[in-house]
Amino acid sequence: MDPTNTSDPEYFHKVVDCQYACPAHTPVPEYIRLIAAEKYTEAYIINWESNVFPGVLGRTCDRPCEPACRRTRVEDQPVAICRLKRVAADYRDERQLAEYIPTGPFAPNGKKIALIGGGPASLTVARDLAPLGYEIHLFDEQPAGGGMMRTQIPSFRLPISVLDEEIGYITNMGIHTHYNTFVSSLRSILDKDYDAVFVGTGAPRGKNLEIPGRVEGIKNIHIGIDWLQSVAFEHTHAIGRNVIVLGGGNTAMDCCRTSRRLGGENVRVVVRSPFTEMKASPWEKEDAMHEDIPIIDNHVPVEFVVENGVLKGMLFEKVRAEYDAKGRRTLVPTGEPHVFMEADDVLIAIGQENAFPWIERDLGLEFDKWDMPVLNSVTFQSTVPKLFFGGDAAFGPKNIITAVAHAHHAAISIDLFCQGESLMNRPNPLTNLVSQKMGIHEWSYDSVVTIDKRFIVPQADKKETLKNRKLEVELGFDEATAFREAQRCLNCDAQTVFTAKRCIECDACADVCPTACITFTTNGDETDLRSRLNAPSQNLTQDLMVSELLPTGRVMVKDEDMCLHCGLCAERCPTAAWDMQLFSYYTAKAGIVVHG
Amino acid sequence: MSYVRPKFRHPQLPKNKLGYTTREYEGSLSTLCAGCGHDSISTAIVQACFELSLEPHRVAKLSGIGCSSKTPAYFLGQSHGFNSVHGRMPSVATGAYLANRDLIYIGISGDGDTASIGMGQFVHAVRRNLNLVYIVMNNGCYGLTKGQDSATADVGSKSKAGSVNPFEAIDLAGMALELGATFVAQSFSGDKTQLVPLIKAALSHNGFALINVISPCVTFNNNPGSTKSYDFVREHMDATATMDFVPLQSVISAEYGEGTKTVVTMHDGSKLALNKLEAEWDPSDRVSAVRALYNARLEGEVLTGLLFVDSKSTELHDIMQTSKRPLNSLHQSELSPGNEKLQKINSVLR
Repeated sequence: MDPTNTSDPEYFHKVVDCQYACPAHTPVPEYIRLIAAEKYTEAYIINWESNVFPGVLGRTCDRPCEPACRRTRVEDQPVAICRLKRVAADYRDERQLAEYIPTGPFAPNGKKIALIGGGPASLTVARDLAPLGYEIHLFDEQPAGGGMMRTQIPSFRLPISVLDEEIGYITNMGIHTHYNTFVSSLRSILDKDYDAVFVGTGAPRGKNLEIPGRVEGIKNIHIGIDWLQSVAFEHTHAIGRNVIVLGGGNTAMDCCRTSRRLGGENVRVVVRSPFTEMKASPWEKEDAMHEDIPIIDNHVPVEFVVENGVLKGMLFEKVRAEYDAKGRRTLVPTGEPHVFMEADDVLIAIGQENAFPWIERDLGLEFDKWDMPVLNSVTFQSTVPKLFFGGDAAFGPKNIITAVAHAHHAAISIDLFCQGESLMNRPNPLTNLVSQKMGIHEWSYDSVVTIDKRFIVPQADKKETLKNRKLEVELGFDEATAFREAQRCLNCDAQTVFTAKRCIECDACADVCPTACITFTTNGDETDLRSRLNAPSQNLTQDLMVSELLPTGRVMVKDEDMCLHCGLCAERCPTAAWDMQLFSYYTAKAGIVVHG
Repeated sequence: MSYVRPKFRHPQLPKNKLGYTTREYEGSLSTLCAGCGHDSISTAIVQACFELSLEPHRVAKLSGIGCSSKTPAYFLGQSHGFNSVHGRMPSVATGAYLANRDLIYIGISGDGDTASIGMGQFVHAVRRNLNLVYIVMNNGCYGLTKGQDSATADVGSKSKAGSVNPFEAIDLAGMALELGATFVAQSFSGDKTQLVPLIKAALSHNGFALINVISPCVTFNNNPGSTKSYDFVREHMDATATMDFVPLQSVISAEYGEGTKTVVTMHDGSKLALNKLEAEWDPSDRVSAVRALYNARLEGEVLTGLLFVDSKSTELHDIMQTSKRPLNSLHQSELSPGNEKLQKINSVLR
């Protein structure tokens, strides 16, 4: 293999698995260290810079970072990254925070931007662009901002006060909010004097289930997200005793848990697929089951049973999953008689769709065969140059953190567009690599690897939470537990940096490495090298770091897969050929205009 | 700050016949200088014991005093250990071995511990063919007292401070050959592909097995002009043969060139497959070993690898026809067989 080019920041970026997996690339180890140091406000601001809604995401994020966490390779459970984010939000000091958060007024730059939809994507664009002097107009049909964060996420998971605070940080920057304003025509916005328009309207349409009885039972059959919204805005206060929730995603989990709080006693989730293949996050399934909600898998809805205009229940066909050679799943009926389940109300939470009925089709805006706008996947620009999309409205339903990540890119594009720059002239991430050596056995990070298991976030008493839909279930970590959980972080951003010309090939690093990731051997191609390392090298998604040729004709090969970033290789290196260097990677932000 | 090794290990580490990984053979974290050759030798011992599937509780580690003699703390943490007096490891080992011949003995010593203060002990352990693997971690200096020349420092070798050693070196391997040692080898801490099979062969040998390992002192004797530095040894290393240790009941699979292959069958039935690099040398011919060692010295080379092995050697217990069983397993009836037996013996002497 060729020597690894570690001067390319993307190499070390990939080693920080959590940050790499995060769509917004939040510097996770950095803020976890700050939490351990009780610098909650600083930890909050690192998050706020990157993901805009630390308090919201610390409770509701889909956490793509956690399955990626390096710790899962040496033990069962990842670091509780998401709940540590909440710790930063819970213990932040508002007065100190005011020093960091820009509040304006900002010197106007003469440009006007319209944001359609008041969800996470639009709010992120607003936050990124407002400090640069843009005049921002945000339109939303609801009486308050937040989009799906407000309408779809129940208060027992995300208190309204948390959401209001974080939206406030943005709207206080002098954003012109136009709530209760449904934009029924994109043309009407494009025709106005906005320099750019951003569409962040989400995926607002819940999928329907057209099976017999749907029309007859309409009174008691609800679309999940519409029903959640109706609950959030206090239009709906009750549900029947027997409730069936259809669907296996996180919306289904929110529906069933909300039902339990609105009078549902016999609440069941019924899902077509096997339990293990449900889309809902494992922790959301756990929380639902903890509230005495059974999840019944492998049942396909056949019919809504309606008698005399009253919904009685539903019929289901039992199936089993079969997989072909390519791993594609088909649900095959087991042949058993259909199953009847009693229900006073049914909530359909089987997915969401995009819908753009308010966009005229003669604006020059191209749509693809799925009726989605044609976008540049880097710039988020549509075929109308001044029109940009982001969030679920761009590439279909994902999650908050993805919407935020889209919006950062779109904000950069909008800024470049308004400044007359090429949209491809994008700023690079801000990266740095700094030695952490303080002494022979001393690093400026806690290099000791704890063997603590993941700590569980305490919950409020179920008896209380089921009575009050606004009472938050999770209590969050206390400071002492947060510290211990933070210490579980392996500091993957403390990079093992190798300088071949200093190496005397004494083998000390290879000898001391607890996980045998360092090997000195003759060079070969990747498959060959992986077969000759000191320990099995089976995770092909993780890179090998290969040095330049050493004096004995060998190379140093480090398998990044199992490295604990404990720093022992560097401590045992007599010539400082190994060094632990803190790698920072901050994604580019709007406002850094690249000339040239 | 870390003086402890993380508890996590690679989850897919290979297992040996006992179901153990190398983890079961590790010791505590080394406190020697970073880059010390001794740590590599410790790792080689761990690897050899792991590969031989030795039960850790059946191994006894003995050492004298010095940097080398600290290392038994850093390997085989679940084995028996005795850190003895300076230069006196051989007599403690002799006592232990005579009391319990069932254990596997590994003696760790240094150039000071062996070639200076312990010379008198060393030579007698050799000539008695004590069943012991005797590893000298040889760095040519007294590292623990800031690097003065030791008795194995080569004449003309330059110290870190710049002084040139005026005295002839003691050649431990040559001396062992002269004293009738039944297994003699030399190696280099920086070459585990050679060192690990040598240690395995030594552990399988029935008698005294010396491995003199050049082990650079990275702090006091790794400077230009030193003949025990990483660079010097790498440039001047010569090997008698490349070798493979083939455990009992395994088939020799490695391919060897015609006429250069030699197979030595060890006492326990395991085999050493040697691919000879020295034309005039034969591992079972002591004279050829002495000659090869002397020729290498004349050329300024460090001859490594197996030098000599007598696979039919008779070790101390068999020479003395002492008890076949450890003393701690002998019962009173055997130790004090009674008046009748005594009368019988006495009658023979009348």
